[in-house]
Amino acid sequence: MKTLALAWRMLARDWRAGELRVLAAALVIAVASVTSVGFFADRVSRALVRDAHQLLGADLVLVSDHPWQPEVASEIGRLGLERAEGLTFISMAQTGAGETARGQLAGVKAVSENYPLRGRLRIAPAPNAPDAPAATGPARGTVWIEERLVTALEAPVGSKLRLGAASFEVAAVITLEPERGANFFNIAPRLVMHAADVAETRLVQTGSRVWYYLYAAGARERVAALETWARAHLARGQRVDNLESGRPEVRAAIDRAERFLGLTALLAAILAGVAIALGTRRYVERHLDGCAVMRCLGATQSQLLALYGSEFVLLGVGACALGSLAGIGAQSAIAAALGEVLRADLPAPAALPALQGFLVGLVLLLGFALPPLVQLKNVPALRVIRRESGAFKRGTLAMYAAGLAALSALLIWQAGDVRLGMLVVGGFGIAVLGYAAIAWLALRLVASAAVARRLAGGSIALRYGLANLRRHARGNAIQVASLALGLTAVLLLSFTRNDLVEAWRRSAPPDAPNRFLLGVQPEQLAPVREFFAAHRIEVPDLYPMVRGRLSAVNGRKVSESDFAEERARRLVEREFNLSFSEQPPAHNVLSAGRWFAPAAREISVEEGIAQTLGWKLGDELTFSVGADSFSARLTSLRQLRWDSMKVNFFVIAPPRLLEGFPASYISAYRVDPGSERVMNELTARFPNLTIVDVGAAVKQAQGVIDQVITAVQYVFVFALGAGLLVLYAALVATEDERRREAAVMRVHGASRRQVTGSQRVEFLAMGLLAGVLATAGAAAIGQLLARRVFELDLPPSPALWIVGPLAGVALLSLNAWISARKVLTASPALTLRETV
Amino acid sequence: MIGSEAVLRARDIGKTVRSGSSDLVILRDVHLEVRAGEALAIVGASGSGKSTLLAILAGLDTPTTGSVTLDGASLFALDEDARAELRGRAVGFVFQSFQLLPALTALENVMLPLELAGRADAEDAARAMLERVGLAGRLGHYPKHLSGGEQQRVALARAFVVRPKLLLADEPTGSLDAASGEAVIELIFELNRGSGTTLIMVTHDEQLAQRCGRVVRLAAGRIAES
Repeated sequence: MKTLALAWRMLARDWRAGELRVLAAALVIAVASVTSVGFFADRVSRALVRDAHQLLGADLVLVSDHPWQPEVASEIGRLGLERAEGLTFISMAQTGAGETARGQLAGVKAVSENYPLRGRLRIAPAPNAPDAPAATGPARGTVWIEERLVTALEAPVGSKLRLGAASFEVAAVITLEPERGANFFNIAPRLVMHAADVAETRLVQTGSRVWYYLYAAGARERVAALETWARAHLARGQRVDNLESGRPEVRAAIDRAERFLGLTALLAAILAGVAIALGTRRYVERHLDGCAVMRCLGATQSQLLALYGSEFVLLGVGACALGSLAGIGAQSAIAAALGEVLRADLPAPAALPALQGFLVGLVLLLGFALPPLVQLKNVPALRVIRRESGAFKRGTLAMYAAGLAALSALLIWQAGDVRLGMLVVGGFGIAVLGYAAIAWLALRLVASAAVARRLAGGSIALRYGLANLRRHARGNAIQVASLALGLTAVLLLSFTRNDLVEAWRRSAPPDAPNRFLLGVQPEQLAPVREFFAAHRIEVPDLYPMVRGRLSAVNGRKVSESDFAEERARRLVEREFNLSFSEQPPAHNVLSAGRWFAPAAREISVEEGIAQTLGWKLGDELTFSVGADSFSARLTSLRQLRWDSMKVNFFVIAPPRLLEGFPASYISAYRVDPGSERVMNELTARFPNLTIVDVGAAVKQAQGVIDQVITAVQYVFVFALGAGLLVLYAALVATEDERRREAAVMRVHGASRRQVTGSQRVEFLAMGLLAGVLATAGAAAIGQLLARRVFELDLPPSPALWIVGPLAGVALLSLNAWISARKVLTASPALTLRETV
Repeated sequence: MIGSEAVLRARDIGKTVRSGSSDLVILRDVHLEVRAGEALAIVGASGSGKSTLLAILAGLDTPTTGSVTLDGASLFALDEDARAELRGRAVGFVFQSFQLLPALTALENVMLPLELAGRADAEDAARAMLERVGLAGRLGHYPKHLSGGEQQRVALARAFVVRPKLLLADEPTGSLDAASGEAVIELIFELNRGSGTTLIMVTHDEQLAQRCGRVVRLAAGRIAES
C-alpha cells in the first residue's frame, strides 16, 4: 500500500518533469487507434453489409424456376422475417396499333407492394428528370419502365402499354433498380408491375419461362437460420442468393476496406510499441543514477521493481483509459462526419473493441516497457561512485520476444485476419532487423578511417562528424533504424496510401464500362465497329463467345449430382461462355501454370471456378457444343477482377480449337448519359443485338468503394500520429548524450561552428540513410500490400523516391538545428552539471 | 563526543580486479576501526584506492578478501538487499557530484529516503532539515535551478534527515568553489557534532583532512599512516 502511494507520488513527479510524455502519448495513440478502428470497423462493416444488402433488395433471396412451395413462405413468417415476393419473365410490351404499333421485348418483374425490403427503387417522372426513391412498388394497373422502353415504345409517363391480355398505365421511369446489378444478363429492358396483375395478362402459363423470387430480411441470426433451413429444403431448380453469391464485386470492396482498417490499427499499435520501447529506454537511462542513489538510501531491489512497476502500471491504466475514451470519441466523430456518406445510421457500438484496445495498451506497456525497466532494479549502488558501473544494457530482441508475441497474438485477434497480421508483424520484424543491419554497415563504411580521411580533407567539423558516426556506430544504427521505421510509416501512410487508394479507385474506375453488347454475329463485326466510329464512341474490344456445356473431366462423364456445393451444381448445369484468344486478356492475371501454345489442345480457366469444380492443372476437360464436342488440357489458371466491369470468361481456348463452332461476339464499353438514342439506333440497325445497361450497377459499386475509402482515410490519422511519435522518440533518444559531448567540446575550446558543424555532418548522414531506407521500405511494403493483400496493381511512384530521402535529411537537419540551439544557448558548465 | 565501541570495523580488506590478462591490486590488508562520533579523513593520491575503500565500507562494493562490520552486522554476510536496508537505516551519503534526482524538487529529494523507509512524517522532517541547512526558501526548486553549494546542502539534508549513525562523504567539496566548499564543510561538521554521527570523509584536501580528528593515508592500496 505504501509502495503504491509512493509510486503514485513518483508518477506525479516524473510526469511533472516531462519524463513520461512520449510514453503516455504513445499509449493513448495506440489504444485510441485500436479502439476507434475496432469500433468503427465493426460498425462500418455492419453498416456496409446492410447497405450492400440493398443491392440484393433483401438480406436473402430465394430463387426458383417453378412456384415456391407454400411452406417456404410460412418458414419465413415463422422466423419473424419480413417477406416480399416477385416473379420475372420476358414478354413483348406493345403500344399503338396498325401503322404506329411498336413492340419491344421487356424483362418483366412483377413484385409485391413491399418490394424491395432493403434499399429503394428510384423513379423519375420523365427520362433524364431528377429522380427520387419510391416508397412502395407500382400500384395495381400501373407499370414503371426503363428509359430504353420509353424510347423504343414511345411510351412516356401517362401513356398506356399492353402486356399480354392486359393494358397498363406507364406511371414512372425507373432510374435505379438495386437488384439489377445481381445479374448483368437481365438482357431486356426492365418493366416493373404489381404481382397481383400478372394473372390478368395471362402470360404465365404452364411451360412459361418464369423465375419466382422470395425476398427475406430481418435480424442477422434469423436470416442465417433461414438460409440454413432453405439450403436443406432446396428442390431442383431452386437456389439461395446472398451477398457473397449475388454481388461478388461489392463483397470484394468490403473485404478490402476491412483489411485496410485492420492494417491501420496493426501499424499504429506496433509503431506505438516502438515509441514505448524508445521512450522507456530513455526513461531508464535517465533514471539509472536516481536508482543507484535510492539503492544507497536503502531501497531494496524488490522495492525498486515494485515502485517503478507500479508507477508504470498506474501510468498504463490511466493512459489506456484515456485512450479508450479518445477512441470512443474519435469513432463517433468519424461516424458523424461520415453519416452523410454512409447514408445510414450506424449500428450501435459494441463493447468488445474497448476491451481489445485496453488490452493492447497494457500488453504494449508490459511487453515493451517492462524489459528495459527491469534493468533499473539491477543498478548497483556503486554507480554513485563509479558512474561506469551498471550502464544501460541495450535491448536484445529476446528481451522483447514475449511482448512481441503477445502483442502479435492480440493484434491478429483484433484484425481477425491471420494472414494480414502475420504479414504486418513479420514484415515489421524483418524491416527493423534489415534497417539496423544496413545502417550499421553503411555508417561503418562511410566513417571508416580511410573513407573519412578522404572525405573530410582539412575540415575539423567533417572529421569530428564522421568520427562520431564511427564511434556511435551501434547506437546510431539503432537510431537510424528507428527513424527509418517512423519515416516508413509516415511515407507509407502519405504517399503509398494515396497510390493504393488510387489503384483501388481504378479497380472500378469512373469510366468503367456501363453497357454490355451481346449477340454480335461474325459478319456484323465490321459494320458494328463502323457504327461506333461513326458516332464517335470509342470502338470497343469484341470478344468471341461459344456456348458449351461441360460434359467430362479426364474422360469421366460429369453430372450435377457429383457435386455437393450448390454453386458447383449450378455451374455444371448451365452452359459456359467459352472464348478464344491467342493472348490472355490484358485485365487478367495468370496465377498458375503457363499460357497455352496456339496450336495445342489446351485451355485456361478462372481460378475460382477451377477451385469450385475441383479442377487441377493437367486435367482434361471435355465440353459439348451443340452436337459436337472438344477436349483440352487445363494448363493455366487466371485471376479475374470481377469489380472491373469488363468482359470476363471462365474458360479461354486457343482460336484453332473453337473457330469451327458457331460463335457470337460480346463487348463491354462506356457511353455517356443521354446516349440512349444512339443505342436504340444501334439495336434498330442490328435487331439481333442486345445491349445491357450495367451503369446503375457500376454506379452502386463505385458508391460503396467511395464510402469505404473515405472511412479508411480518417483512421489513417492515428497511424500517422504513431509514426510521428516514433520519429520524435528516436530523435530525443540520444539528445542527452549529444548535449554532453557538445558541452565537453565547448569546454575544450571548440567554436560554435565546429560544434554545430560536426553535429550537422552526423545528422545529415543519418538523415540521408534513414530517408533512403524508409523510402525503399515504404515502396517495398506498398508493393507487397498491393499485390498480396489488396490484389491491386501499384505503379512505382517517382515522387516517393524524391520526397522520402529529402524528408529524412530535412527532419534530421531540423533536429540538428534545434539541438544546436539548445547546446549553444546553455552554458557548457550547466549542461555538464545536469548530465554528469 | 567519541564513544568507546566501534561503529565500523574493517579487517583484512583486499580488492583485486582483473585487468586484461593480469590482476590489478587496488587494496590490500586494510584494517580500520572507527568509533561512534569519530571524524575520520581518508586521504591519498589519485588511484590510491580511497574511493574503492569508501565503497566497500558502505557495502556498495564487495572486497576480494576481508570483512566489514557495520553497526554490529557483518556486511558481506548479508545479501545486497539486506545491505541496502542497513544503509537506509544507518548510513548517510554525500557525493562529489551531489547525486540529486533531477526530476525531484529539493524538498522531494530530501523526502526520498524517508519515503523509501515508509515514514509518514517524511515531508515535515524534510522541511525541518532543509531549514537547518538554510534552504527554507528553496523547497520547490529543481536541482538544475540551484547553485552547486545549494545542491550539496540539499544532499547533506538528504543524508542527515534519516539520522544516520555513519555519514560517508566522497570529496564533498570537489565540485565547489572555495567559499561554497567552506560553507558546506562547516555544515558537515556542525551536523556531525549536533547529531553524534560518525563521519568518514574521502578527500584530496590536506587542510580539510586535518580538521577531522583522525587521518588515514592510503598509498598504493595500503594504509601508509593512520
